[in-house]
Amino acid sequence: MAEAAEASSGLVFHPLDQFKIHPLFGGTEVHWYTPTNQTLWLAIAVICIFLLLVVGTRGRAIIPTRVQSVAEMIYGFVYRMLEDVTGREGVRFFPYVMTLFLFILFVNYLGLVPMSFTATSHIAVTAVLGFGVFIAVTVLGFVLNGPAFLGMFWMKDAPLALRPVIAIIEIISYFVRPVSHSVRLAGNIMAGHAVIKVFAGFAAIAAISPLSVLAIVAIYGLEVLVAGIQAYVFTILTCVYLKDAVHPHH
Amino acid sequence: MEAVAAIALGKTIGAGLAAIGSGAAAIGVGHVAGNYLAGALRNPSAAASQTATLFIGLAFAEALGIFSFLVALLLMFAL
Repeated sequence: MAEAAEASSGLVFHPLDQFKIHPLFGGTEVHWYTPTNQTLWLAIAVICIFLLLVVGTRGRAIIPTRVQSVAEMIYGFVYRMLEDVTGREGVRFFPYVMTLFLFILFVNYLGLVPMSFTATSHIAVTAVLGFGVFIAVTVLGFVLNGPAFLGMFWMKDAPLALRPVIAIIEIISYFVRPVSHSVRLAGNIMAGHAVIKVFAGFAAIAAISPLSVLAIVAIYGLEVLVAGIQAYVFTILTCVYLKDAVHPHH
Repeated sequence: MEAVAAIALGKTIGAGLAAIGSGAAAIGVGHVAGNYLAGALRNPSAAASQTATLFIGLAFAEALGIFSFLVALLLMFAL
């Protein structure tokens, strides 16, 4: 099917080829332990975060160096975001939220480096993150509130006749959350990178190639914005879901 | 018409129809951003506190467009 589409579309390369996973050291089989381009770029992201947060802030200077002030800005940004949404009680989940934000931010931005691989464009990566949040919130909700957590689905403010209907809708929307949470991130990143590749395919046609190069520049700028915003959106939705676990009646 | 050709035709038409959803999501995202701006210009002092709500609204509106894009991609390449 892919060959047929490639032949008929006239592109030099297929726009979705960039998302192919292949083993780093030859071969074609991918086992769970095989080092692939996916694992390579995940590891590079973790190393970059380590360099920023551990090596960059090693001096603990009163007057911070440039790297240290960037690390402090990110820390303060995530901390304020969590505190604004969940209140004081939610602040103890800060390490989890900070980890999610930095990981997604770095993987997104490293994916924008030319010739690199974007790990968050794969639903497998974002689904693990999204379902992790879902399971954490569900378990936390029952641990912190007991059976009262189910009161989240039973709207006390609604008229009695409507409450069962609203409860069904609320339960469905609760279970769709992890799907939309993970598909949103993967879809946005994948769509953006595919669009860049489509315009790169048009650059081979001489008549419109200057136009398509300009379009690539513009879309690349948009993608830089989207990479940051999607990391922010994923994190703030995590905060909103955590708020449900901490205060289920609001 | 041959069955194979009919399936290919149906897939392409279906992917095109699914792409309408992306346009609909664009209307939704524009609505969220436009109403936020209208509110922010009326009361600029309250605008900063509502940026998080703005992004949550944008994300919810945009997710449905991404779903339709995903359906189009699945029709074109996966099925």
